[in-house]
Amino acid sequence: MYTQGLDSLGKDCLRDEAQDIGRLEQRFQARIDAEEKIEPKGWMPEAYRRTLIRQISQHAHSEIVGMLPEGNWITRAPSLLRKSILIAKVQDEGGHGAYLYSAAETLGVSRDELIGQLLEGKAKYSSIFNYPTPTWADIGAIGWLVDGAAIMNQIPLCRCSYGPYARAMVRICKEESFHQRQGYEIMLRLSRGTPPQKEMAQQALNRWWWPSLMMFGPSDAESKHSAQSMRWKIKRFSNDELRQKFVDFTVPQAEFLGLAVPDPALSWDEAAQHYRFGAIDWSEFEQVLKGHGPCNRERLEARRRAHDEGRWVRDAAVAHASKQAAKEKSRAA
Amino acid sequence: MTDSSRDWPLYEIFIRARAGLDHKHVGSLHATDAMMAIEHARDLYTRRQEGVSIWAVRSSDIVASDPADADALFEPARDKVYRHPTFYDIPEEVKTL
Ligand SMILES: [Fe+2]
Ligand SMILES: [Fe+2]
Repeated sequence: MYTQGLDSLGKDCLRDEAQDIGRLEQRFQARIDAEEKIEPKGWMPEAYRRTLIRQISQHAHSEIVGMLPEGNWITRAPSLLRKSILIAKVQDEGGHGAYLYSAAETLGVSRDELIGQLLEGKAKYSSIFNYPTPTWADIGAIGWLVDGAAIMNQIPLCRCSYGPYARAMVRICKEESFHQRQGYEIMLRLSRGTPPQKEMAQQALNRWWWPSLMMFGPSDAESKHSAQSMRWKIKRFSNDELRQKFVDFTVPQAEFLGLAVPDPALSWDEAAQHYRFGAIDWSEFEQVLKGHGPCNRERLEARRRAHDEGRWVRDAAVAHASKQAAKEKSRAA
Repeated sequence: MTDSSRDWPLYEIFIRARAGLDHKHVGSLHATDAMMAIEHARDLYTRRQEGVSIWAVRSSDIVASDPADADALFEPARDKVYRHPTFYDIPEEVKTL
């Protein structure tokens, strides 16, 4: 009900002249200012729709590609319990992808189209998932830092002005806390373990710290879409605000582990009650985003392979469904 | 529906959280048929015992009111405050009313 008929409805509403669009836009902004939720069938500016399709689909792709670095360790998790936990976590991420694709579809784009864009390498996804997971400690660091940063980004999205996105985020946020806690617990075990285990945890923190800070996106001054997204209440806090909050939360957690945050400039600012941290290397971020990260090619190849190798299953499901439908029809006749 | 690379039909999923509660809309998913919709809904929406019963409805079978008609449909109820118990002033002394 949320996808079908959207196009015709949109055209209908747009039948009016340009001055009416201005009036509609004003009314739309007034509803947003009043904290009313926008729902799929209501009128919305084309740019709002496009911005949301871009953001929600990138988010969905990130959940799906995000299954890969962790999936790498499912067969090698150190115990049966850890294996079960990791499977459950990776399955959650697949679910998050599914919720988000559904939310994007309410805006009149098909899932087929979105997945096609990902497989063709035309779509963006979070650059963090282009880093490798060489040790078990990377699984701990991902849960703790990457899911931790994701939570920081996602909690304000639960109040996003677009209803289906906000509702998907509520569901997702409920599941994320387990992800972060299981990761931190892995780090805790390792850092309380043998010296080589602790060193393994330290190395993983070294690898994931900076990429995690980059997850919040470019600095406010550089961010192209920030201001408009704030006005539309798709976004509630700036990238820099969220990044600062993440650092403030995470540094004491690292201290508790007895691990060193790999930033010589890191210091506590007593007056501001914030941690001050060093400059982020945005050229690395740009490189990874452009496809030159350590695992970009591998990630897309893995997705394509999964899609191709699953084709016979999809074909069989469709064949089965049409056979059943034909049987039903002849029974009814 | 012969081309399996095309999107499968969309189903709206409703979950009953516990016996005695209503089924509540939780989201939508694609499936080739109703049985698959139920199985996918199980995996997608009840991984933490969120439900004891699932309804799956083809999205295209749902008839929805048009948001443009909202005023015509719901406005008439706005001035009928006398339909609410709080409309009536009853002296304090009168109990259990
Ligand atoms: Fe997730
Ligand atoms: Fe997660």
